[in-house]
Amino acid sequence: MKQTIVRDVRELPTYGFGSQTGPWWGAMAFIALEGMGFAVAIAAYLYLYALNPKWPLNSPPPDLWPGTLATAVYLFSVIPNLMTDRWAHKLDLRGTRIGLVIMSLIGLILLVIRGFEFAHLNTRWDLDAYGSIVWFVLALHTTHLATDVGDTLVLTVLMFTRHATPRRFSDVTDNVFYWNFVVIAWLPLYVLLNWVPRL
Amino acid sequence: MSDLAPDAAGDLRDNGLEQSELAAILQRMWRTPSGWLGALTSVDHKVIGKRYILTALAFLILGGLLAVLMRLQLAGAERRLLSPDLYNQVFTMHGSTMMFLFAVPVMEAFAVYFVPLMVGTRNIAFPRLNAFSYWIFLFGGCFLWIAFLFNVGPDVGWFAYVPLSSLQYNPTKRADVWAQMITFTEIAALAVAVEIVVTVFKQRAVGMTLDRIPVFVWAMLVTSFLVLFAMPSIMVASTSLILDRLVNTHFYDTASGGNVLLWQHLFWFFGHPEVYIIFIPGAGMVSMIIATFARRPVVGYTIIILSLIATGFLSFGLWVHHMFVTGLPQLGASMFTASSMLIAVPSGLQIFCWLATLWDGRPVYRTPLLFVLGFFVIFVVGGLSGVMVASVPIDMQVHDTYFVVAHFHYVLIGGAVFPLVGVVYYWFPKITGRMLSERLGRWNFWLAFIGFNVAFFPMHILGLMGMPRRVYTYTAEMGWDHLNYLSSAGAAVFASSFVLLIANVMFSLRRGEPAGDNPWGASTLEWATSSPPPPYNFSRIPVVTHRDPLWADGGNLPVVAGLSVERREVLLSSIADAEPHTREASPEPSIWPLLTAIATTIFFIGSIFTPWAAVWGTPPIAIALIGWFWPTGSKEDEE
Amino acid sequence: MIVWLRSGLAVTATCVLTSCTGWQSSFNAQAAQSAEIKRLLVIFLAVATVVWITVMLVLLFGLIRRKAIREQPLDLHEAFERRAGSVILIAGTATTITVLALSVVSYGAQRTVFANDPSAVTVKVTGHQWWWEVQYQADSPHLSFTTANEIRVPVGQPVTIELESADVIHSFWVPSLTGKMDLVTGQQNTVQFTAKNPGVYRGQCAEFCGIQHAHMAFTVTALPPDDYRRWRDHQNQGAPAPSDPLSIRGEQLFRGRGCGLCHTIRGTLAGGQLGPDLTHLASRETIAAGTLPRNTSNLAAWIADPQHIKPGNLMPKMSLRSDELIAIVHYLEQLQ
Repeated sequence: MKQTIVRDVRELPTYGFGSQTGPWWGAMAFIALEGMGFAVAIAAYLYLYALNPKWPLNSPPPDLWPGTLATAVYLFSVIPNLMTDRWAHKLDLRGTRIGLVIMSLIGLILLVIRGFEFAHLNTRWDLDAYGSIVWFVLALHTTHLATDVGDTLVLTVLMFTRHATPRRFSDVTDNVFYWNFVVIAWLPLYVLLNWVPRL
Repeated sequence: MSDLAPDAAGDLRDNGLEQSELAAILQRMWRTPSGWLGALTSVDHKVIGKRYILTALAFLILGGLLAVLMRLQLAGAERRLLSPDLYNQVFTMHGSTMMFLFAVPVMEAFAVYFVPLMVGTRNIAFPRLNAFSYWIFLFGGCFLWIAFLFNVGPDVGWFAYVPLSSLQYNPTKRADVWAQMITFTEIAALAVAVEIVVTVFKQRAVGMTLDRIPVFVWAMLVTSFLVLFAMPSIMVASTSLILDRLVNTHFYDTASGGNVLLWQHLFWFFGHPEVYIIFIPGAGMVSMIIATFARRPVVGYTIIILSLIATGFLSFGLWVHHMFVTGLPQLGASMFTASSMLIAVPSGLQIFCWLATLWDGRPVYRTPLLFVLGFFVIFVVGGLSGVMVASVPIDMQVHDTYFVVAHFHYVLIGGAVFPLVGVVYYWFPKITGRMLSERLGRWNFWLAFIGFNVAFFPMHILGLMGMPRRVYTYTAEMGWDHLNYLSSAGAAVFASSFVLLIANVMFSLRRGEPAGDNPWGASTLEWATSSPPPPYNFSRIPVVTHRDPLWADGGNLPVVAGLSVERREVLLSSIADAEPHTREASPEPSIWPLLTAIATTIFFIGSIFTPWAAVWGTPPIAIALIGWFWPTGSKEDEE
Repeated sequence: MIVWLRSGLAVTATCVLTSCTGWQSSFNAQAAQSAEIKRLLVIFLAVATVVWITVMLVLLFGLIRRKAIREQPLDLHEAFERRAGSVILIAGTATTITVLALSVVSYGAQRTVFANDPSAVTVKVTGHQWWWEVQYQADSPHLSFTTANEIRVPVGQPVTIELESADVIHSFWVPSLTGKMDLVTGQQNTVQFTAKNPGVYRGQCAEFCGIQHAHMAFTVTALPPDDYRRWRDHQNQGAPAPSDPLSIRGEQLFRGRGCGLCHTIRGTLAGGQLGPDLTHLASRETIAAGTLPRNTSNLAAWIADPQHIKPGNLMPKMSLRSDELIAIVHYLEQLQ
């Protein structure tokens, strides 16, 4: 078929940030489906809660301190997260490296706290339906936390190698964005797991 | 003469290159390496799309053979062809294969192949994820079928209700196999959905504004959103079922606070959108074929798009109609009657638009149009029986009977399989460069149409006469044998139509008439490139000024210049106006998707045997993913 | 070709007509509830037929009518596009009104079918893999009794069936009387019907419940109220004691060979709860949940090898000598 050139795009850049890139939209799509997964898990919890007059069934509510401590750390982490985002947008290598190291450490701390959260749920997954659903919900969020920490660690290492190219800074901003999702998803789960049993 | 134009950074571009020279450079850059290593590392959406289509169609044949077995068993009363245990595995495998391994994957497969071409880009978004998706789909399907061949095939129906699928009543690994197959296929489908959303949002040709997007592409976009929002529900369901069976959780254990209907809500919240995930692409195919063979654009483009979107939204509000007889409160059930009936409206609007298009157009009766006409006759019956089952009192009689079996085969085969076969005839020339035989096509159509109706229409009557579903036999005194025999005879004829399709494909691959770029004189961008398309799809990205670019611009395609000739590049454009803003790098062939799929498969299969698989299965996946995303230092990653 | 067509039509006609008289047919409506549903079915079928024929006629006419030649696919007439758009929207509106009207009609029938009238008889049905435990409820416990697989009800009086499951989900469906209702593990559902005419109506489990789902049938027999009362009083009594030597031997074997571990015969020491109550077995028309007519040879064949008739069911093959089998069968046939 005959072609006629009517536009020239040679001046366009080869990388961008946020909604200018494919991977950002991919991350959005993953957030949509994973968010839906959380919504379904919450709905299943509330369904079982509504059906059972006594809730929790056979256990005391979880101890408050691990979950509350974790929530505080999540909320605090938004600050270094946003700073990392700013540095990455400016292609500031040193700032980005610092930010990523901090976020990696925060992530690892949160994983340790998560261990305590599980230990202080005061129920087992095989005790009854309450135990099953609370372990399920917490484990679902843990997979997101763990994969994000893994992702952050890999990006941190990359930023100390020769692969710290402009495109990598774009990846860092996508990682920041995804971390916000991990934090935001946690908040209703914190309420669900720690406060609904106390109602 | 070559006049490569370097940009500011010294990177070479395609401005000023002659078509043939540009084609040669792009061919070298975009081709999949030959040999088995090339096959295993390809990230070309067309290579993967073809595999996906062929594999899904292979599962169609396998599922169809199971149906033939079922019809042989049921053709007479008290037949002993299949033992009850084998029959229960066969009907479960039939439903599961058709729904999870054929119907959704084949629609996604055609989207994988054709959406990038129809929006005018070089490759699908996230090409390696695309490769991964195929392998996961293949491994999941093989897993299910190998289990079946070892007598560990699931036998609890394609929707695996608890408590029947719980460990107490299903003590072997059968239900676990089913549940994990779900995990495989859902991940594959979710991956493709993500790719399609991003491709359609960001990689459209310059000037392809929202109202210039082809109807089929809109249909696949809506479908992809349905996949994103529906599949998590069944992932939660199947995972929790495996947990109940493996580590003694109590989600569905009524003695410990669990609930049996929770399963049904989780399953059907996915299950109802699932059937629209299958039908909406079919509706998109119908719009496309009608436009081409009525020789005019489809009437009411905006109505059609809005109807597709409305159908998608509404489909999430119907699921309880699968639970009308489980003892739910009647007021709640009534709301679902209303929503289940209302979804007929957007589907109806599309039908009216299609009727108007055929009314005004001058139809060219080639095989693709014949299958679309068959769709009309059959799908409308299915839609109307659907309105019937939406009524709670009627459903109380026909639920779980052969009436419902008739209903869903009429809507799925009428609404999805007939358009699909039509699309095979339509797009075979583009994929292979050869036409399918028209003569065999007509035979194919008539055998399918007559066979299908003889097979399935009697089932409406059988259901009203009291024949329940999922029975391996029935007694002679019930008087059901004549209609069952008739149905089985029809099934044989229907099955033979697929034999004919396969024969047509095999024959035409070698001896079919050469197709040329645009044998049907169609209007969308996939017909602007060669048949089959080169690995890079378009030597220059098109610019569109009209919804039907090839009808608007005659033999002349406006294009953009300025993309790199040193690395794989695709052009990103804005969502609404399709204004180009970035030249994004596109990945080279890679082995990591396959390795990740293998690691994931080991994890999934291991975890139905022991929960420790979650522990030792994770590091290989992590390593594979790191390998996948680790930059290779190639031009692709340099900026 | 013509022969095919005629035989096809003959078969279909026969089936459609027999469905009006079949004892497990939605069209053989013998109760208030099923009659209401049948009325609804007829209305919906009529509307569906009219709509389908209309769409097919529009399609056919649209295809064959003479059309103007169009030089280019994009040579469209604004007037046609606008008119077509209006017609489409009008048709869409008509569709909406039609489905809303059908919804309303459906709601009306729903109210009738689910109306909870004070019932004369309450029967609790518990679903088992693959038989039906039937417990007649009464205000005083000594007037309630248990039987299996066959239900009898008085004509003209509302009957409530309470539905529970002992294992997996089953579904209680007797189309001549009313629509189905599931027996869901962990909850109790109810369904009600009022039989209009005396007769025997067959039902079948309508939710896949495992390997012998296909052989889990039951019957509901509607009797004139006096006959019903007589039947009920008789069922309430324990089993008659065996009088002749063969029956006495049969009763001893029944206990000695362990049948009583699964089956109850009221008035004897046999008190098992795993299988159907056999107290008045010989008053039933069928055995093995509607699988076979109850007669001597079927009963013998069933007891000799239940796995041959209903493979996978939970009654094991008892290795009985033929003289033992004869005695037991003889005994059971005394349990009127």
